[in-house]
Amino acid sequence: MTEYGHGSFEPKIIAFVCNWCTYAGADLAGTSRMEYKPNVRIIKLPCTGRIDPLFIIKAFEKGADGVLISGCHPGDCHYTTGNYHARRRWIAFKSLLEFTGIDMKRLHFSWVSASEAIKWVDLVNNITDEVKKLGPFVEYKGLNE
Amino acid sequence: MENTLRQKAKELLEKGEVKVVIGYGWNKQKTHTTPVFITKPGDAGKLVFNPLCVNNLSLYLTKKFSDIKALGKPAIVAKGCDIKTIAVLISESQIKREDIVIIGMTCNGVVYKQELWKGELKPEIMPTKCHNCDVRNPLADFVIGEKIDFKAPDEPTGMVFDKIKGLDKSSNTERWDFWFEHFSRCTKCYACRQICPLCYCERCIAEKNMPQWIETSAHQRGNIAWNLKRAMDLAGRCTFCGECERACPANIPLNLVNQKLALVVKDAFGHKAGYDEKVHPPMIVFNMEDEEDFIK
Repeated sequence: MTEYGHGSFEPKIIAFVCNWCTYAGADLAGTSRMEYKPNVRIIKLPCTGRIDPLFIIKAFEKGADGVLISGCHPGDCHYTTGNYHARRRWIAFKSLLEFTGIDMKRLHFSWVSASEAIKWVDLVNNITDEVKKLGPFVEYKGLNE
Repeated sequence: MENTLRQKAKELLEKGEVKVVIGYGWNKQKTHTTPVFITKPGDAGKLVFNPLCVNNLSLYLTKKFSDIKALGKPAIVAKGCDIKTIAVLISESQIKREDIVIIGMTCNGVVYKQELWKGELKPEIMPTKCHNCDVRNPLADFVIGEKIDFKAPDEPTGMVFDKIKGLDKSSNTERWDFWFEHFSRCTKCYACRQICPLCYCERCIAEKNMPQWIETSAHQRGNIAWNLKRAMDLAGRCTFCGECERACPANIPLNLVNQKLALVVKDAFGHKAGYDEKVHPPMIVFNMEDEEDFIK
């Protein structure tokens, strides 16, 4: 599963992205042949409003070292208000995870539009570096032993 | 106070205004109070009210108890804090205001656990919610008891809030260790869910297994997922009745997570659950101006 031992540690980052903005942005990065860190695993959902807090918990349970959640900028939601609802949920959920002692450097939120391929590339690279510095998420991985 | 309560219950039942009175009564040994459901006017004498009446009876208004609903229109004996829960249930369209009669009791506070009762109500045996109570004189259809002169402190005080402050100051590792230790005792008995008046889903996500979001065994993975999920579902809804923590056989300090989220919701959205039944719960609405400095 995780690359312990051989050379340096490569984090596993799960990205929950919305179909209409961030996924299209990531797609644009691909079609424009931009290079970025391969540590990210993208899970496409219809909207950020579809992201249940349990998805994030499940990602950590299954061995993610970091989670990225990304969707349309406020006002740009394909379903008009999905990202506003999601933002409210994250405000509460972020504080809850912080309160349980999960490092917020492992959980990232962003708005990436369909044209922001460069922002997406920078975002993934930065997050990968940041999580790499933190090392594997031993607290949660310890649960599987 | 008790006589007025009995009189009122009898009157309501005799007139046929309600079909059942949900209230508190003694157990056989008279050491604990338990919920009683009075359907005959003659039984109204069984009703009692004292600091041992810890239960939040609004639980019996939810669809979890369809057999009680089948009895007909209920009247409920409620403390100020229980009325807060009823207000949330009304705001979530679980009950209609006109379908229930609320008999509000003025209250000087209850005990944290019934076992602590030694015949006298002292501040040490009262839960944090009573020290911060601003509903000792409740708003209800009928208010029974003398008016109580008590002003709640401006800033929430008491053990729960002190512990929250302490945890906020400590490091991530300390917080993780704290919750790891507490959640590791969880046995997934779901007592917290069963007693929570706001956990009224007909089918709980913990019971779904296609896919299985929350592991059913008492493994730490599922324990963390379950407790965080329940706290999250109560965000902006929990009225701090404290029943989950009281019911927990493993003594997990559930009030801490729930009240932490209540504080977060109050700061971020200016919402306090249970004060206005006409306001939507904060997690189902949004504001264009919500904080977003954490989103890149």
